[in-house]
Formats: sequence, structure tokens, C-alpha cells
Amino acid sequence: MDFDFTPEEQAFRAEVRDFLAENLPPPAERGRGFMAEWLHKVRDKRWVGFSWPEEYGGGAGSLTEQAILKEEMALARAPALGTSFMGLAWVGPGIIQYGTGEQKQRFIPDILDSKVNWCTGYSEPNHGSDLAAIQTKAERVGDHYVVNGQKIWTTGAPWADWIILLTRTEFEVERKHDGITCLLVPMDSPGIEVRPIENMAGDRNFAEVFFTDVEVPVENRLGEEGKGWAVTISALANERSSIGEVTQMFAKLESLKNLVRSTARQGKPAADDPAVRRRLGEFEAKIAAMKYNGLRYLTKQLRGEPLSSETSVNKLHRASLEVEMDDFAVELTGLAGVQLPGSDEAVDGGRWARSSLGWPSVVIGGGTPNIQRNIIAERILGLPKD
Amino acid sequence: MDFGFSEEQNLLREQVLRFMTDACPLSVVRTQNGGLPRELWQQAADLGWLALIVPEAHGGVGLKWIDLAVVLEESGRGLSPLPIVSQALAATAIRRSASDDVKGEWLPRIAAGEAVFGIGLFDDPTWIDAEGIRLASGPKLTGAKPFVSDAAAATHLLLATRTGEDLHLAIVEASDAGLSAQPGIDRTKPFGTATLDGVAPQAAFPISTDDLAFLTDCGAVAVTLEAIGAAEAVLSLTTEYAKNRIQFDNPIGKYQGVKHRLADMFVDIESFKSLAYYAAWAIDDAPDELPRAASLAKAYASDAFAGIGVDGVGLHGAIGFTAEYDAQLYLKRSKWVRSAFGDADYHYQRAASLGGL
Ligand SMILES: Cc1cc2nc3c(=O)[nH]c(=O)nc-3n(C[C@H](O)[C@H](O)[C@H](O)COP(=O)(O)OP(=O)(O)OC[C@H]3O[C@@H](n4cnc5c(N)ncnc54)[C@H](O)[C@@H]3O)c2cc1C
Repeated sequence: MDFDFTPEEQAFRAEVRDFLAENLPPPAERGRGFMAEWLHKVRDKRWVGFSWPEEYGGGAGSLTEQAILKEEMALARAPALGTSFMGLAWVGPGIIQYGTGEQKQRFIPDILDSKVNWCTGYSEPNHGSDLAAIQTKAERVGDHYVVNGQKIWTTGAPWADWIILLTRTEFEVERKHDGITCLLVPMDSPGIEVRPIENMAGDRNFAEVFFTDVEVPVENRLGEEGKGWAVTISALANERSSIGEVTQMFAKLESLKNLVRSTARQGKPAADDPAVRRRLGEFEAKIAAMKYNGLRYLTKQLRGEPLSSETSVNKLHRASLEVEMDDFAVELTGLAGVQLPGSDEAVDGGRWARSSLGWPSVVIGGGTPNIQRNIIAERILGLPKD
Repeated sequence: MDFGFSEEQNLLREQVLRFMTDACPLSVVRTQNGGLPRELWQQAADLGWLALIVPEAHGGVGLKWIDLAVVLEESGRGLSPLPIVSQALAATAIRRSASDDVKGEWLPRIAAGEAVFGIGLFDDPTWIDAEGIRLASGPKLTGAKPFVSDAAAATHLLLATRTGEDLHLAIVEASDAGLSAQPGIDRTKPFGTATLDGVAPQAAFPISTDDLAFLTDCGAVAVTLEAIGAAEAVLSLTTEYAKNRIQFDNPIGKYQGVKHRLADMFVDIESFKSLAYYAAWAIDDAPDELPRAASLAKAYASDAFAGIGVDGVGLHGAIGFTAEYDAQLYLKRSKWVRSAFGDADYHYQRAASLGGL
């Protein structure tokens, strides 16, 4: 057991820090062209798709260096490394794992260059947690599939260029997990209609997506026909582990501590209140647990030992922390805590109030807490399915 | 970066597990009543476990707490009644704070298991701090020291004393210490009260408040490591029961009220395990980080294991409440762990201070 990094890894960390010191001005000083320039620079460094194969433009970096990169980026509160979060987090890895050589050439570079945005078409109105029961139909006609059906909660659909779409090609199956086929579909295909849905925070990020006789060439199928569930499983595991990443949580804890330090309740410093201090201790313990769980699981991967469904552990922690930390900040600051950005009375510009309405993306997205508990109970503890 | 155990550590783990299954199963644990099980103790000594963290120069193996962690986790799994934690804390205190003479005399005896140590640090049951120490230092000790761990098993006691601001640790012969055993919830973690009447210590040495905190942190980490094994034992006992007990035509483990609680136990155990391994590693390799790491681990484990202890009994129904069934033994350990070396509230408050509040 050791927590030391090799000289190469330390040099890499230093390189990341130097880069950030040079290229990441404080938010207030970031001008109009900043984001485009930033994306260009991190791409030049081959830090986008850090561990992806070199032949498709990835960085071919080690898992450990990838962890270092993520940690340093989060500490510096750097912006994302690309515009397509889903492309980088699971569509790209899915194509690398299951795609044909041609698909990799075609899709991977565009994801890395932030040229295309991806969205994920899994959930349907009647099939959310029970995802394997999806009904959106894809019928093989000659050299293409004809898709009919509806997806919902599709984040980013209003501006996405492509969708990774889960369809059913067979309806008479013994197990509902069979007969599912995964297609990569351009969002401007004739027959696709997107209707944005407003969420409780007032954003319109997700949408209903309707498919009417949408033609998709067979060459756009990811993985084998009828075997799309395997693709989904690996994508969902990637989604869960990205939600379970601890890196941003330390920055959030620091912000929360700063809030406590600057807050008085009934004329007394909140930082002296044992109940407040205890809560912060609890948050820190959970966050530290996420960190060291993550390092234990990373070690397993580095040793080539199989990971089971352990990613659900940190997903559950992240879900509860996300709700509890925002909620704590809002309650701590009384009526000022419920003021939104724009209010003269808002705390920290209203960010806590705002993010206290944002938790469903990490709590419900990627599978609800109950579903994570089912996964742990059934796949790790071997309890019967319900 | 490698946050996993080595092959040697895994072999050691298997060795302890085998010992606990073959020589010291719960049927044996149940027969213990606070005294030292001589034969088992001798085996533990022969296997080198008592010498693990004693420096080689003093007859030890010269390994680290993270190696001992494996022993504690597995002996905790079987609720071992051997006073390995007290022995390790005595070794740690002497290794860190005593003179070379004291080290030369006592560390080899500890490593060989010939001296068996009980520990009495704090006179106050809720105060894990220098202020909680009252017994007066001096060439002869007079007064009471409650909460001496493993008192009935010990040949020697390591007792904390004070004069004004100065703290000392004194080694006294157990048979001179006027010990009386005190019944407690967890019979595998027995305490006694020493009533000293002009007892001359065999050795005494000053200890700084920092070193005292270090020792307490080692204690907190040690009982948390034992709690990992114990909590996993509850989870596995209860999971097996849930797979086999049929109610309403189904195994009860099919019902989410049961299976989700078991999943949450898994999440908690995974988490305080990660925190405790890190803290155990920090003892020797990053002592500056130990206070925070120990507090986070002990705080998390204290409440989580207490909940696991209660629900481990509850999820069994009435059978869990019977003396014959083993779940109750773990519930008792969980209550003991909660208070030992600082409870969750103490450690969360401390973590907040160490974190800059
Ligand atoms: C912000 C956000 C973004 C999202 N983005 C996307 C996206 O981009 N693409 C996409 O495909 N989907 C997306 N989703 C959908 C998400 O994956 C689903 O909402 C989720 O899987 C739950 O499905 P559901 O909403 O249909 O709820 P349901 O499955 O109907 O569940 C309702 C409630 O019942 C509980 N429940 C269901 N089954 C069980 C069971 N077996 N045991 C115990 N409890 C159960 C659930 O925990 C939940 O509390 C997004 C969701 C949110 C909130």
C-alpha cells in the first residue's frame, strides 16, 4: 500500500498545474474567446479522451494519470474538457469498446474535437427504471432500420447533433434484455421531433423525442443486432462512475465551509454551533470515503481485478450529498437562503438555492437510489431479484 | 499509488482467518470471561502477531500498523477475545515515547507475549483528552483508574497519570493494582477498575499531549479496523438468513425493506473500510494526516456499525434476540466500539476543527 506517485506521475501533475496556472484565468477575467481557446489547448495536450487509444486521437494515458488530471482540474475549478459531456463520458467509450473500426474513425475524433454533441435516448414514458423493457421499435428494411417510438428525459436533445438510441428489434423474446439494438442516429434525420420539457429549476435541458419512420443506415448500429443491452450496461456503468466521482465534491465542501465561516445565526457565528460543525464533519467523512473508495477501486482496476457493481456505492453517496449539502446551505442561511440569483438578498449569488433544485440529475439520472440498492443487493450480495 | 494489500498481507489475513475459524470460533469466544485464554495467546505470539509492530532491534518483526490492520480486521470478524489492541497500543506508546532503557526492557516482552498489557488512559468516560486524566503521577501511585482495558487478562497495566500539566505513562504489575473486573455489555472487551494504594511503577515515562493524541488515534483506528470485520460478519450472517428465511412464500431478502437495508450496510462498510485503511496507513507513513483520517474513520464507523448491530438483530426477527444466535454478540461489540476512543460526535467535531472551522 502506498499513496506515492512515480516520478513520471509527479511530473505529470506538475505539468497540469503549470498549464492551469498559465491558461486558466479567474472566472471574472475570462473573455469571450476563452472557451474556444481553452478547448483547443486541452485538445492539443491530448487531455481530452485522456485514456482513449492513440490511433483515434486519444491520449493513451494511464488510469492513474487520468485520475491526477481530473483531480487537478477539479481543484482549479476548470471548465469541462469538451462540449459533449455524454460523448466523452459514455458514448465515446461505448464506441471504442463495441464499435467497428469505421465507426471509431467516424465518430471519435469529432467527439474529441468538440465538433458534435451527443444525447442519450434510453428512457421512455413507460420504461424508466425498468429500462430493458423499452418498446421503441426498429425494423430492418434492406440496408437500414426504420424507427418508430418515443424517448423522454433526453438531456441535451434540443441542441444535440447525434443520439445514442436504444431500440427493440425483436418483440418475441424470452428475456426482455434480448432483442435490444443500439443505434447511432443523426438528430436532423427526417421524422425526429424534439419537444423540450421545463424542469423545476426553470431549465429546458431535457426533452421528449419522437421518432416517426426514421431511417437509420445499418452501418450506424453499435454492437450486434439484439445485443444492445451489453452496450447499455457498460454505458450506464460509465455514467454511474462519472456521477460517483469525488473530485468536484471537495471544492463544494470548501465553498460550504466558507459559507459557514461568513454566516451568523441569531447573532452568533455559525461556525461555533456544534450542530453545524457536526454536519460539516459528516459531509467530509462521506466525501473522504468516496475518495478512498475510488482509489481502492482504481487499484483493483490497475491490478487487473474485475470490478463488480461497486460504482453504485459512490453513486449513492454522491446522490445523498448533493441533496444534503445544498439543503444544509439553504437552511443555514434562513430566508436569504431561498433567494435566487438576481435577488439583492441572495447568498453567494443564489448558487445554493439554484443548485438545491438541481439534484435530480445525479440522484435520478443514471438510475435512482432504490435501483442502485437493488444492484448492490442482487449483484454483490446475491439476494433474490424483486 | 497502490491502495490495496500486498501478497504477504493477504497471506497474513488468511492465516488469521484460519486461526479464528479453527482455534477461536464463536463457540470458543462465548466461553471466555475476561481472563487470558493462554493457549490461544501463545499461538498468536508464536505466529508473530504480537511482534508485528515492534521494531526488529527490540525483538519484533518491524512492520507497520497497516500490516497489523489485517490482523485486527480478521480477529474482529470473529470477535476475538485476545487483547491484541491493548498489546499493540502498549507497544506503540513505548515505541514512541519511552526511553531506550524502557524500550529495551519492555518491547521484547510485549513481542513475545510474555507481558500482557491492559491500558488505562482516561478516568472520565467521555473525555478523550489530557483533561480526562486525573490519577496523580509520582514514585508511588495512589488512587483509582477506571476503564482499564483487558484488565483481567493483563500481567501489566499501562496507566496514564498527571502532575499539573505534565502527563506520564506508568507500567505497573497487574497483581499489585487492586484490580476489580467490571461487567460490561461486550464480554470480549472487558474493563476493570484499578484501585492503587501506594504502588511503585516498574517504569514510567513522560508523554506529550501530541503523543497522547497519537496513541488515542491509534486506538480509534484499531477498534475501527476490528469493526470492519465484525460489521462484515453481521452483513454476511444476515444476508444468508435473508436468502433462506421464507415468509409470504418468498425469501425475505426479496423484499426491499430487507434487501435495501443490507445494501446500505454494504455501502457503509465499504466506506468506513476505505477510511480506516487510509488512517491505518497514515499512522506510520503520514502521521501528520493521522488526526483527521482517524477522526473521519472512527466517526463514520461509530454510527454506521451501531446501526448495523441493531439491524443485524432486527432483520432476523425474534431469533436474533436469542442468546444462542450470534447476531447479538455483534450488536454488543457495536455498542462498545461506539464509545471507545471517542464517539461520532466527538470525532465529527474534531474533524470540523481540523478542517479549519
Ligand atoms: C435530470 C435528468 C436527466 C435525465 N437524462 C436522461 C437522458 O439523457 N437520457 C435518458 O435516457 N434518460 C434520462 N433521464 C431519465 C432517468 O434515467 C430516469 O428518470 C430514471 O431511470 C428513472 O426512471 P423514471 O423517471 O421512469 O422513474 P420510475 O422508474 O417510474 O421510478 C419512479 C420511482 O419508483 C422507484 N422504483 C422504480 N422501480 C423500482 C423498484 N424495482 N424498486 C424500488 N423502487 C423502484 C424509483 O426509485 C422512483 O423513485 C434523466 C432523468 C433526470 C431526472
